[in-house]
Amino acid sequence: MTFPYKIHMLELTSSNFDSSVLASSSAVLVDFWAPWCGPCKMMGPIVEQLAGEMPDVVFGKVNVDDHGELAQRYNILSIPTFLVFKGGHVADQFSGVMPAEALKARIEKYL
Amino acid sequence: MSMEKVIIIGSGPAGHTAAIYAARAELTPLLFEGRIPGGQLMLTTEVENFPGFPGGAQGPEMMELFRKQSQRFGTRIVADDVVAVDFSVRPFLVKTADAEYHAESLIVSTGATAMWLDVPGEKKYGGRGVSACATCDGFFFKGKKIIVVGGGDSAMEEATFLTRFAESVTVIVRREELRASKIMQERARANSKILFVWNSEVKEIVGDGTRVTGVKLFDNKTNVMSELATDGVFVAIGHKPNTELFAGKLELDTKGYVVTQPHSTRTSVEGVFAAGDVADHYYRQAITAAGTGCMAAIDAERWLASRE
Repeated sequence: MTFPYKIHMLELTSSNFDSSVLASSSAVLVDFWAPWCGPCKMMGPIVEQLAGEMPDVVFGKVNVDDHGELAQRYNILSIPTFLVFKGGHVADQFSGVMPAEALKARIEKYL
Repeated sequence: MSMEKVIIIGSGPAGHTAAIYAARAELTPLLFEGRIPGGQLMLTTEVENFPGFPGGAQGPEMMELFRKQSQRFGTRIVADDVVAVDFSVRPFLVKTADAEYHAESLIVSTGATAMWLDVPGEKKYGGRGVSACATCDGFFFKGKKIIVVGGGDSAMEEATFLTRFAESVTVIVRREELRASKIMQERARANSKILFVWNSEVKEIVGDGTRVTGVKLFDNKTNVMSELATDGVFVAIGHKPNTELFAGKLELDTKGYVVTQPHSTRTSVEGVFAAGDVADHYYRQAITAAGTGCMAAIDAERWLASRE
């Protein structure tokens, strides 16, 4: 089940973030998460599901354990936090657990 | 009309234990796990006090095991929220956004949710310094000064956990004593990074627009307002039961918890049983939730048998 989703999810790092997210012509959803965060684990499959359902949106995730500098750059103080990027800028930011439909509706506002 | 013998609402330890017992009693339970499944254990990290896991277990992984075990015996799981119930008809009616289900008996195990302060600034700075999940967010407060609001066990646990990261943790307590159990109090008091502010209530959370910078405190002994600078606000003031669905349909106590009869899981409606934190503001443990889940399944099974 996970295979068709995985190919839509970018593993973001300091070296690919600007080129993959800021330079993207599509809307980008970035999921800031960590392996020790329970709510992040709840949202993981939901984000992957939407990545499979929303081909017009780029989906990426940042492991804050490995890439603390990206978390710092965007003032992340809570996980899971989701940032929506449009044209290189943060268009929206929100945190916490939510059902797939709610997350989808929030992203669709920027399409 | 399809008819279920037993419907279980909720997918924490209570719901899944009820499902394991009901499934093994060949009641082929239908369990509504909700669109955000797993209950409060999903928000924890290490669970160290559940018997049978001597090395501890991660909360979300433990819930995955519960779920697998209830499926193994034939529990059918619906990944949707129940939006309405009707106990004035028999069989009982259970509705999701787009389907209706009928059941002879019902087990309510919808759990409880952490409460927020409901003060100005709390929503605005949610995810920007305001948190209800120390284990998720403590990491971002390395070397910072933070506060924990609350005087119970969960406040002590969070404060103690947060000292791993923070330079100092100030606990804001509404009364002049703690509600927390002795062992949790002692652990917190012995920690040199933890300070206490007594008789004080957070009235507002203030910030610079992007993150929290402080809180406005009201001293309820002297009636004086003051401001305390802080980088983070962790809220641990208790829980409220998830009983909105059952208001006016089941007897609830003044705090909203489902009232059950002594030494049983029977509610005010015959054929409806309640288990776990939704009916328990006292013990609130995974193991007690599982225990009452087991009781609810046995109570439902015997009640169904008595009607045949």
